[in-house]
Amino acid sequence: MQHDPSRTSYYVGDDFYQSVVDSYSEWQSDDMEITDPALRDSCRMLLEKEARLLDQNRLDDWLTLYVPECLYWVPATPHGGDPRTEIAVCFDDRRRIEDRIYRLQNEFAWSQHPVSRTARLISNVSAFSTSDENVLMLRSTFLTTEFQAGDKRTYTGWYGHKIGSEEGEWKILVKQVNLIDCDQNLRNLSIIL
Amino acid sequence: MTPDDSFNSGVARPTADQFDFNELIFEDRVHQRIYTEEAVFREEMRKIFAGVWVYLAHESQIPENDDFVASKLGLRPIIVVRDSTGRIRALYNRCTHRGATVCRQQQGSAKSFACPYHGWSYFNSGKISGVPWPDGYADDFSDPKYNLAQVPRVQSYRGFIFGTLNPDMPPLEEYLGGVKKPLDEWLDRHPGGTLSFCDANRLKFNGNWKLLYDNSADGYHVIFSHRSLLAMENRLVEGNDEDKGMAYYKSSPDNAPFYVKVFENGHHYKDKRPAVDTSPGGLWNIEGPHPGMEHYEALIREKLGDKAGSVLDLASSEPVNINVFPNLHILGNHVQVSQPISLTETDTTWWGTAVIDEKDELHGCVDAVNALRMRTQESFPNFGELDDLMNFEQIQAGLAGVEDEWVYMHRGFGIPDRIKRDTDGYLIGPPTDEVFLRETMQVYKNLMMSEPNLIIERDIEAAAE
Ligand code: FES
Ligand SMILES: [Fe+2]
Repeated sequence: MQHDPSRTSYYVGDDFYQSVVDSYSEWQSDDMEITDPALRDSCRMLLEKEARLLDQNRLDDWLTLYVPECLYWVPATPHGGDPRTEIAVCFDDRRRIEDRIYRLQNEFAWSQHPVSRTARLISNVSAFSTSDENVLMLRSTFLTTEFQAGDKRTYTGWYGHKIGSEEGEWKILVKQVNLIDCDQNLRNLSIIL
Repeated sequence: MTPDDSFNSGVARPTADQFDFNELIFEDRVHQRIYTEEAVFREEMRKIFAGVWVYLAHESQIPENDDFVASKLGLRPIIVVRDSTGRIRALYNRCTHRGATVCRQQQGSAKSFACPYHGWSYFNSGKISGVPWPDGYADDFSDPKYNLAQVPRVQSYRGFIFGTLNPDMPPLEEYLGGVKKPLDEWLDRHPGGTLSFCDANRLKFNGNWKLLYDNSADGYHVIFSHRSLLAMENRLVEGNDEDKGMAYYKSSPDNAPFYVKVFENGHHYKDKRPAVDTSPGGLWNIEGPHPGMEHYEALIREKLGDKAGSVLDLASSEPVNINVFPNLHILGNHVQVSQPISLTETDTTWWGTAVIDEKDELHGCVDAVNALRMRTQESFPNFGELDDLMNFEQIQAGLAGVEDEWVYMHRGFGIPDRIKRDTDGYLIGPPTDEVFLRETMQVYKNLMMSEPNLIIERDIEAAAE
C-alpha cells in the first residue's frame, strides 16, 4: 500500500534511522571528494537556491526541493548523536516539516510576531560521492543572521546535505544542521535553519 | 551611600532591605519591582536559590562512581559528583587558592580535579590532594579549610538530586511534602519506576525566572498563547478522530473535570488526567502526529495485540504539570529545569526521558517506545514553548512602564466556593484559576522577608548528609 508521507509517517522506522545514522558516519573522506567543477557547481546551486527560498520566506517552494520521504535534522550534540535514543533540537519528517511550515504561517505563532528577516551565507561547499552513484553528500558552512523584534542574532555551523538525483535534478533527502552551539541554550530558534 | 551606587554612576538603586515585601506582594497582586529590580534578584539568589532545596541534577547523569555533571545553585557554579566511594556531593567549582573554576567540562568522569591556574588539586570528595612545590608554604594543607567548599546538604528523591546551603531546611522529603504523590505516580507509570535522561531541548528567554514559574500551572493561557500549536496539532484531524493535544482546554475548561492543586512551599500541580480517557491507549489516541508514529504503532500492535494500548501510552505525553519550587517542572515526559542567568535572562532546559525496561515488561518493545518518545518530546519545546517564552519576554518588556505598578493574579479570588480544600487538605481550584500563583507568592514573600542561615561545608565527612 502506498502511504502519503504528508499525512502518515510509515517511513520513519528502524531501517530509516539506520540509514540516516550510516549516511552520516565517516562520509567526509578525502578520497571520496568530488573535484569535477560542473558537478560541484550544480550542488552549490542547489544550496544557494535553498538559502534564497528560505530568506524569501517561500517555505512551500522550499519544500519542493525535498523528496517526499525527507528529513530535516538539527542534532543537540556536536557529533550528531543517535536520534533513536537522544532528543534532537529537531528531527522532522515530512509531516512534521509541514507542521512547522503551517505553524510559521499561522498568524498566532507569537514567537514569529513579527516574522523574522534572515540573510544566509553559504560557503566552503564540498561534495562527496557515496556507494550509491545517484546519491551525494554535501558539506557546507553557513552563517545565518536573523532579525526579529528588535533583536539581531546569528546561527552558524555546517550543513550536511544528503542529495539524490531524480530525473536529472538534485533533490534533498536529508538536511542535517550542525550548529556550533547546538548543546547550548538558544533563544527563540523558531526559523528553519 | 548604598553599596550599589559605585556601580551605577551616581544613580542610587535600592537594595533589597529597602523593600518592604508587605508593600510589594498582596493577596491578589504583586508589584512589578519583584521582576525588575537587580537588588531583589540578588537577594533571591541567596534566600531562595540557596535558602531552600534547589534541584541540581538527576542521578542518571552520574550513573557510576567518579561521574560528574556541571550544575548551578543559583549563580554558583557547582560540580555534582558521585565520589569514589559512591557518595553524591555538590562541590563548589571554585579553587580554594584564588578562585578559578577547577572543572571546565559539562560532564565526565574524574577521580580528582586539578586547577588549571596553579595546579592545586582535589579528590572528587572535595578534599585537597596536593599543591605544587609545597615546601614554599609554611602550611601542610591538612587543615580542611583548603578543601573545596561544598553544599552542606545534598539529598535525592527517587533520582532527583537537590541541594541547599540552609541547615534549618527540613529534610528534602518533608520539603517536597504533597508534591511527592504526583511525582511518584509519574515515575511509577514506567517499568521499574525509573527513567533515564536522554539529552535535552535547551531554550532561553530574556526575562525574569519567576515569569516561567508563574506560568507553570497556568491553565488560563493555553488556548491563547498556544493557539498556533493547537491549530497545528489538529490540522489533520478529520471525521471521528479524537482531538489532539491540549484540546480539552478549548470550550469551557473550568467546567471540565480537571483541576489545579496547591501544595506547601510553593509546589503545585495541574492534573489534566481527569479530562482525558486514561484507559489503555487513551493517551495515545490524543497524541499529536510525530515522526515514526504510524510505523511503530503498527509494529507494536502487531506484536502485542490487546496489550499494545498501554505500551503506546508510554510514548505519549502524560497530561500533568508537577512544579517543584523554585526550579523543577515535570510535564508530559519532560523534566524541565529553569536556571536564572541574570535578572532578565533565564535558561530553561527540557530534559528528555527514556524508558528503561530491565525486566522486559514491554515485551521487547522498549526500543520502539523510546524511538517514538524521542519524537513526541521534541514537539512541545519546538512548537509550544517558544510562544510562551516570547510572551514572558514581552511581559518583561511591558514592565518597563514602571509607573504602572501592579501585576494581577486574582482570577478566582473572592468567588465563594470556587477554591476548595481537597480531602488531603490541599487547595484545589478550576484549571484556569490563579490560586497557585497567589499561594506561591505568599511563600515567596515569607522567604524574602526572612534571613536564612546559609553555610558551606569543607569537612568531607560532615558534607552531603
Ligand atoms: S587559582 Fe587554583 S591553583 Fe591558583
Ligand atoms: Fe504554556
